[in-house]
Amino acid sequence: MALLAGERKSPVIHQRGADEISSAKRRSRIGYLLILPGFIFLLLFFVLPVFSLLATSLYTKPPGADIGQFAPALQFSNYTDVLSGYWPEFLRSFGFALVATVAALLIGYPMAYLVAVRLRGHALLQGILLVLIIAPFFTSFILRTQAWKQILADEGPVVAVLRAVSLLPPDGRLTATAFAVVCGLTYNFLPFMTLPIYANLERLDTRLIEAGNDLYASPATTFRTVTLPLSMPGVIAGTLLTFIPAAGDYINSALLGNNQDTTMIGQVIDSLFFRVVDYPGASALSFVLMLAILFLVILYVRRFGTKEIL
Amino acid sequence: MPTSPPEDPYLRRLVAAQLTRRRLLAGAGGLSLAGLLAACGTGGSGGTSPSGGAQAVEDLSESEKIVNWANWTLYLDYDDTTQKYPTLEAFTAASGIDVNYSEDIDSNTGYFGKVQAQLASGKDIGQDIITVTDWMADRMIRLGFTQELNHANIPNAKNILANLQDVGFDPGRKHSLTWQSGFAGIAWNKEAVPGGLKTVADLWKPELKGRVEVLDEMRDTMGLLMMENGVNIEENWGTDEFENALDVLRKQIASGQIRQVKGNSYKEDLISGDALAVIAWSGDITQLNFEEGDKWEFAIPEAGGTLWSDNMLVPVASPHKTNAEKLMDYYYDPVNAATVAAYVNYICPVEGAREAMEAIDPELVDNPLIFPTEEYLANVQVVRSLSADEDTEFSSLFQKAIGV
Repeated sequence: MALLAGERKSPVIHQRGADEISSAKRRSRIGYLLILPGFIFLLLFFVLPVFSLLATSLYTKPPGADIGQFAPALQFSNYTDVLSGYWPEFLRSFGFALVATVAALLIGYPMAYLVAVRLRGHALLQGILLVLIIAPFFTSFILRTQAWKQILADEGPVVAVLRAVSLLPPDGRLTATAFAVVCGLTYNFLPFMTLPIYANLERLDTRLIEAGNDLYASPATTFRTVTLPLSMPGVIAGTLLTFIPAAGDYINSALLGNNQDTTMIGQVIDSLFFRVVDYPGASALSFVLMLAILFLVILYVRRFGTKEIL
Repeated sequence: MPTSPPEDPYLRRLVAAQLTRRRLLAGAGGLSLAGLLAACGTGGSGGTSPSGGAQAVEDLSESEKIVNWANWTLYLDYDDTTQKYPTLEAFTAASGIDVNYSEDIDSNTGYFGKVQAQLASGKDIGQDIITVTDWMADRMIRLGFTQELNHANIPNAKNILANLQDVGFDPGRKHSLTWQSGFAGIAWNKEAVPGGLKTVADLWKPELKGRVEVLDEMRDTMGLLMMENGVNIEENWGTDEFENALDVLRKQIASGQIRQVKGNSYKEDLISGDALAVIAWSGDITQLNFEEGDKWEFAIPEAGGTLWSDNMLVPVASPHKTNAEKLMDYYYDPVNAATVAAYVNYICPVEGAREAMEAIDPELVDNPLIFPTEEYLANVQVVRSLSADEDTEFSSLFQKAIGV
C-alpha cells in the first residue's frame, strides 16, 4: 500500500529532477510486480472458479443423460427452482449466523477488552490469555464439534445439571437442536471475533478514557462515546469474519442439528452436489449464497463501516 | 488410435454410451470457459481429448511393479504393533508388487463427487483399484468408468460365492469382484432396551422417542422401511412403494421419534447414549462391541434386512490393471480371504474361506455375520438396480424428506 501511495504522489514529484522521476517509476513497477502473485492467485483460484460456478449453475440435463452428465445451456429456471425449494434454509442460515455473531460479539468483546486494555502492561498474562483464545484452533474443527456432542449428550454432565435444576424437562435434550447448532457456530467462530477486536483495542489510547472520567462521564458513557466508537473497525472486522463463514457453515448443523428445523444452506448444497448429483442446482445455490452474503456485507459496511475497512 | 466397434454386443453398447457421453462433454468444452474450467478443477481436459476410454491405456504393470488401492477405513487386516497390513506384506513378498494402500473412501457419494470429472474424461485418478458399494459400482460401470477384467489373471475368481457370481449390475463379474458384504438391520443398546427389537416398527415405540437414528444411506434405510411394508425390494417396486415408506420416515422425523438421520457417525451417538436404537450396519456393531464392551445387539428385522456388497473395480485409465488383477486373485485365495474376514468381521465372499477359518480362528466359523447360514440369507434382500432417472428422483425425494 505504501508503494501505491507513493505513486499517487507522483504529480508532486513531477516537478522535481529527472532522477527522482525514474526512481519513482521504478518503485511503482516494483509495486505492480509485488501485486502480481496475489493477482494470479486470485485469478486462478477465485475468479475462474466463480465463472465455472456460474456456467455450471445454468447447465441443463438433456433427456436420457446419465447421472452427472449435463449439457451447457442458459437454464435460468435452475435459480427459481432452488430458490423456491430452499428459501427457508436460506433464511435459517442467515438467522443462525446472525444470532451466533451477536453471541460471539457479547462474549468476545469483553474477552478482548480484558486482555488488551485491563491487562495492559502484564505481558505474560496477556500472552497466556491470547494463547488460550487461539488454543481451540490447535485441534481440528470437526473434532471440536464432536467433543461438543459428547459434552452436551443426553447422558452427559450438562444435561444432567440442567435437568436437576429444572431448566430442561426430564426428557429434554441439547444435542440435535437449533440451540446446539447456534452454540456450535458461536464457539467455533469466537476467535475470529475476539482477535480483530483485540488487535484494535490494543492500540486504544487509555488517556482518552481518563479524559472522559476527568470530564465526569460515567464509565458507561465513556465506553459508549469513546471506547466503542474507537473500536468499531475491530468490531466490524470481527462480525464479518464470524458472520460470513457461519452463514455458509454446514458442519455444525450436520453434527449438532436434527432433520427438521436446523438444516442450513451449506448442508443443502452438499446434499445436492454429492447425494442427488444435481451440479447445476448446487452451483445455483452456491452462487445465490455468495451474492446474498455480498449484498448483506455491503449494506452492513455502508451503514456502520469506517474507512479502515473499505 | 482408430477403433472399430467391438463385436460383443455388451461392449458395443458400452462404447456407444461412451461416445454420447464424449459428445456431451465436448459440447461442454465448447461453451467457452465453462467446460474448460470444470476440467481445470479436477485436472482433466473436459473430454475433448480423443484418447479417453479404457482401450487407449497402456498397461505398465510389467515395468512398474506397483498397484494403488483406495479402500474404506478399517477394511483390511492391520497389525497395530508393526503398523503394517500383514496380508499386503505377504502379497508384496510373493509377487514383487508394491501396494500403495489408502483409506481414501469414506462415502460412495463423496468419492464419486471427487473423481467423476476425471473418470468421465478418461483420466487416470491415480488408483488402480477402488472399492465401492453395489449401486455405485452399477453406476460407474454403466458410465464406462471401469476397465474390463481379464479373468485369465484372476484364476481364483472362480471361488466367488455362487450368489455373487451373476449380479444384476455386472453379469459374469466382467468389471468387478466383491470385496466384502454386510447387512443393514436394526441394533439396540441391550441395557436400555432389555426386551430387544424384532421389527423396524419396534423402533417407533414411545419409550424410544428422540433416541432413534436411521442411516442416511438411502438404499438401506428405505430398503428396510419398504420391506417392513411387505415390499420385495429385489423386484419391480416403484414410486408408490417408495413414497409409502417415505411417509413413515417423514412422520417419524416430524414427531421427533427419529433424533437424527446419520452416516457413519451414528456409532458415536450409540457410544454417547444419545441413540439407543438404530438402523445399523452389521460389521459396525461387531466392532463397537469389541471396542466398547459388549453393549449392543444387532438383528435382521423379521420383515427382512438388506444385503450389500462393496466391490473392487479397476478405474478407467489405470495403467496397472494386471497388477490390480494379481492383487484381486491373491485375496480370492480362501486362506487370505479368511485372514481378512477374521479382522474386518464382514461377510466373506470367497468359497472355501470358511474351511480355512478353522485354522485361523475356530470361533468365527459359526458367526453368521461372517459366514451367514442359508436361514440368515433367506431373510435379506439386495435393493434392485435403479435407472439413472430413478436414482435421481428417489435420491432427491429422500434428501428432501430428511430435511436437506
